[in-house]
Amino acid sequence: MKSLVLAALGVVLATAVPVAHAADAPKSITIATEGAYAPWNFVTPDGKLDGLEIDLANDLCARMKIECKIIAQNWDGLIPSLQVGKFDVIMASMFITDKRLEVIDFTRTYAVDPSAFSVPKDSDLGKAMANDAEQFNLNDEAKAKPAIDKLRELLKGKVVGVQSATANLEFLKKYFADDIEIREYKTVEEHDLDLAAGRIDAVFAQKTALAATLAKPEFADFTEAGPGFDGGVFGRGTGAGVRKADTALKDMLNKAIDEAIADGTIKKLSEKWVHSDVTPKS
Amino acid sequence: MIDLTFYAEILPRLIAGLPLTLELAGLSVTLGFCLALILALAQRHGVIIPAIVRGFVAVFRGTPLLVQIFLIYYGIGQFRHGLQAIGLWGLFREPFWCATLALTLNTTAYGSEILRGSIASVPGGLREAARALGLTRFQTLHRIVLPLALRQALPSYGNEIILMIKGTSLASIVTLMEVTGIAQGIISESYRAIEVFVGAGLIYLTLNFTIIRLVGALETRLSRHLRRDGNTGGKPVAANLGNVH
Repeated sequence: MKSLVLAALGVVLATAVPVAHAADAPKSITIATEGAYAPWNFVTPDGKLDGLEIDLANDLCARMKIECKIIAQNWDGLIPSLQVGKFDVIMASMFITDKRLEVIDFTRTYAVDPSAFSVPKDSDLGKAMANDAEQFNLNDEAKAKPAIDKLRELLKGKVVGVQSATANLEFLKKYFADDIEIREYKTVEEHDLDLAAGRIDAVFAQKTALAATLAKPEFADFTEAGPGFDGGVFGRGTGAGVRKADTALKDMLNKAIDEAIADGTIKKLSEKWVHSDVTPKS
Repeated sequence: MIDLTFYAEILPRLIAGLPLTLELAGLSVTLGFCLALILALAQRHGVIIPAIVRGFVAVFRGTPLLVQIFLIYYGIGQFRHGLQAIGLWGLFREPFWCATLALTLNTTAYGSEILRGSIASVPGGLREAARALGLTRFQTLHRIVLPLALRQALPSYGNEIILMIKGTSLASIVTLMEVTGIAQGIISESYRAIEVFVGAGLIYLTLNFTIIRLVGALETRLSRHLRRDGNTGGKPVAANLGNVH
């Protein structure tokens, strides 16, 4: 029975794969994004995809001189769908982590964006560590430990919302699992709504995504709090995901990203969308 | 091809979500059945109440359960201050109660239609006979109409219970980590969607198969008199009213 089901699924998947797996340079590709992670990628009120990564994807495609189609896809289905060939590239503010590298490949880093908490201004954490500008790289855990311990103290017993299947969730599980209740949401929009509704005490997300939410009038009583974290479970910044077999495509994308960093395109786009420079330093 | 060690690893984790799945389904089916019975009976007389009930049924049968869960959870979240004022926020703050409410209202709508149909299918002659024997309206309902109607409704209601079990899989969109929610979590760690969903599917299949058998056994028990095995001689329904409840 089990093998029958698997065989049937295998047939369905095999016939549903529309794109070539060839290692030679493709003429046209499909890029998938989440479309729910402002300001990186989101859907405008008139139904179009927009955001930093949409602009960047279009720029990269122009550099590579290939045709690109950009589609939106549920966050937690992105990697499985890439693997079965529903599209060719993921550009969805996805961190390059060791765990993801086991199943797919990534281009070089095109942006670096640490993660942090956002809480009500009058909460313990809000009062103690509002708009903390400190930054910790978790590759050096010893240095980050005092800051994490302080956060743990302030967050004890609290309910924290986070998007499922993210490095942000990994971070909470690794450092706070015994002290907080973690609630998993499909999108950042949903955990933001619950933060505003008072169902959860804090959310944990990328700083740029928090900033986009906090800029909205409904979130006037909330603030980003505590230091920002990157490295460690967050991997090596944001990159574009590709299948391991698509080496030619990966090389083309790497070259285009290098150019976009070198001529300041990424700096320009990040200042337009996230009001800070997320260009990787190296 | 089948990696048994992986299944051995994920099945206990998936089964850990089963209590929540059962709580959601059990509570909503039980509450939903009581409400459905009330709505089905309320529709039999008058004009205004049946119209309201039909409106409710139309809304909850005509919209997807997913939309209902979203609306009840995130929609109610917008009215926090009003709900705090009347002391209900404590309930709606919890994703569990929001999901239970959505599932209950959904199954109430379907259940009331099933029961309305089966109550209407009880022959009018039986009611007349009951009245002729001097039974009150309540007695007629309690001893004649409902036992027959509920037995009639059983197969379709069994279907509805199974649909509710499967409906609980939507609770993960409001952060409840039942079987499907856990499955999605495991997929995001392992990226092995097929194995994990086959595992989750097997759990639902086992659960629903058990329910099908239980409902089937109950149905057999309630229709003993219809079997031509000599005990009751296969007499028509009305002759065996005493046995049916």
